[in-house]
Amino acid sequence: MSEKKFSKKHEWVSLDGDVATVGITKHATEMLGDIVFVEVPDAGKVVEKEGQAAVVESTKAASDVYSPISGEITEGNKAIANDPGSVNTDPEGASWFFKLKIKDKGEYDSLMSKDEYDKFCKENPS
Amino acid sequence: MEVQKTALYNYHKNLGAKFVPFAGYEMPIQYKDGIVKEHISTRTHAGFFDVSHMGQFFLEGDETLVESLEKIIPADLKNLKINHSKYSFLLNNEGGIIDDLIITRTEKGFCIILNAACKENDIKQISQFLKKHHKHLLNNDLSLIALQGPKSVEILEKLIPGVANLKFMTGNNFEYEGENLYVTRSGYTGEDGFEISISNTKVEKLIDYLISNEVKPIGLGARDTLRLEAGLCLYGHDLNEKINPVEANLKWAIAKKRKEVGGFNGWEKIKNLLANGSEKIRVGIKPDGKVIARENTKIFSLDNNEIGFVTSGTFGPSVNAPVAMGYVKSEFSEVGTSIQLEVRGKKYGGKISELPFYKKSYVK
Repeated sequence: MSEKKFSKKHEWVSLDGDVATVGITKHATEMLGDIVFVEVPDAGKVVEKEGQAAVVESTKAASDVYSPISGEITEGNKAIANDPGSVNTDPEGASWFFKLKIKDKGEYDSLMSKDEYDKFCKENPS
Repeated sequence: MEVQKTALYNYHKNLGAKFVPFAGYEMPIQYKDGIVKEHISTRTHAGFFDVSHMGQFFLEGDETLVESLEKIIPADLKNLKINHSKYSFLLNNEGGIIDDLIITRTEKGFCIILNAACKENDIKQISQFLKKHHKHLLNNDLSLIALQGPKSVEILEKLIPGVANLKFMTGNNFEYEGENLYVTRSGYTGEDGFEISISNTKVEKLIDYLISNEVKPIGLGARDTLRLEAGLCLYGHDLNEKINPVEANLKWAIAKKRKEVGGFNGWEKIKNLLANGSEKIRVGIKPDGKVIARENTKIFSLDNNEIGFVTSGTFGPSVNAPVAMGYVKSEFSEVGTSIQLEVRGKKYGGKISELPFYKKSYVK
């Protein structure tokens, strides 16, 4: 598995061959608060880079989760849909959102590294 | 207009509050623990809420004050005993709800607790009916603290002996730190608890004591999940000037005598609605799965006709499921009726539910 890359919309991506795993960052979960609902995409759905792919809701509000990378969904993580609170406890591990078969590795390469993402969060507190 | 702050603003800041603008005030939406933990600790232990943004409106006058207020408030104020409180509302000529409120009879008149966003207009509306010799004051020198949860009585009794004797929806004057304060047994969470009217200069000391007794600070986020589980309305969402008390399923809050005799704004219309029912009515709603039907979610019948809309919706931490309130055509209002909720363009099943979603008994 490759190193994690990060988007400005607070998603992370790791790559295994041409299959990417996408989730939301710890920083995102801290901003959202208690997560109480998750909707993940079904296999076969085609998503564009920065297109809406999943939904996450906290006690406060609903937010879209975007795919930082284009491709075809191979699996949505049903475990987090059944236990949305697990996204708060392990957002960058077991609580990934979906996997997808990517078309263009260049999209992955252009995302931020961990250091770049941390800096981005510091410069853009919300 | 400049953003206002309550006397506890810096105190909240030190407690790690996240602030949001609310009704012209900077108010804590949550603290470090987050909404779910704050909610649960209120239900299992006790929490305190700074509700000082709400208006504490004092009126003084003779018996003509009762007549004046009864023109806009449909409670039986004439027979309201000193130190007793009622939930009621201000009504416009169409019977629409200008604000919902708690009114308490005091020795010299009345105290009305008004919603922050409405208080200025409320006072204008009430003033139309007042006589020259009636005195009134929106007291901004007082804070208002709600202490809610099963341990509230034990904790407050240690500090202010006698509060344990108060019954639900009654209040009294007590002494604290050499000052008078007014405590009522009431609240808006579905829990036993108190609302404490205390001077801005003493409020920090009171909060110090509560915190030393493991009472957690609770923000507007958990206040919303708590009140919604308790089936209580939030003005500006579940209630507004175009909704009357019959539609709002709050006809119980109109005094029996007043329903018969009338003499308040909008009575003709309300009398008619009481006799014939309203076209739409406020109901509780439970989505079947985990989906949250938030405010403005459209409600459909099983045969796909639009029958209403959601006015409040969230995840209820104590119910451990999503909960909502909204208005549906009256023929769909029976508990157990299957409905559909349109969320993000997709229809999800749900049912009309009893209110409240979460029930505890008050001390009567």
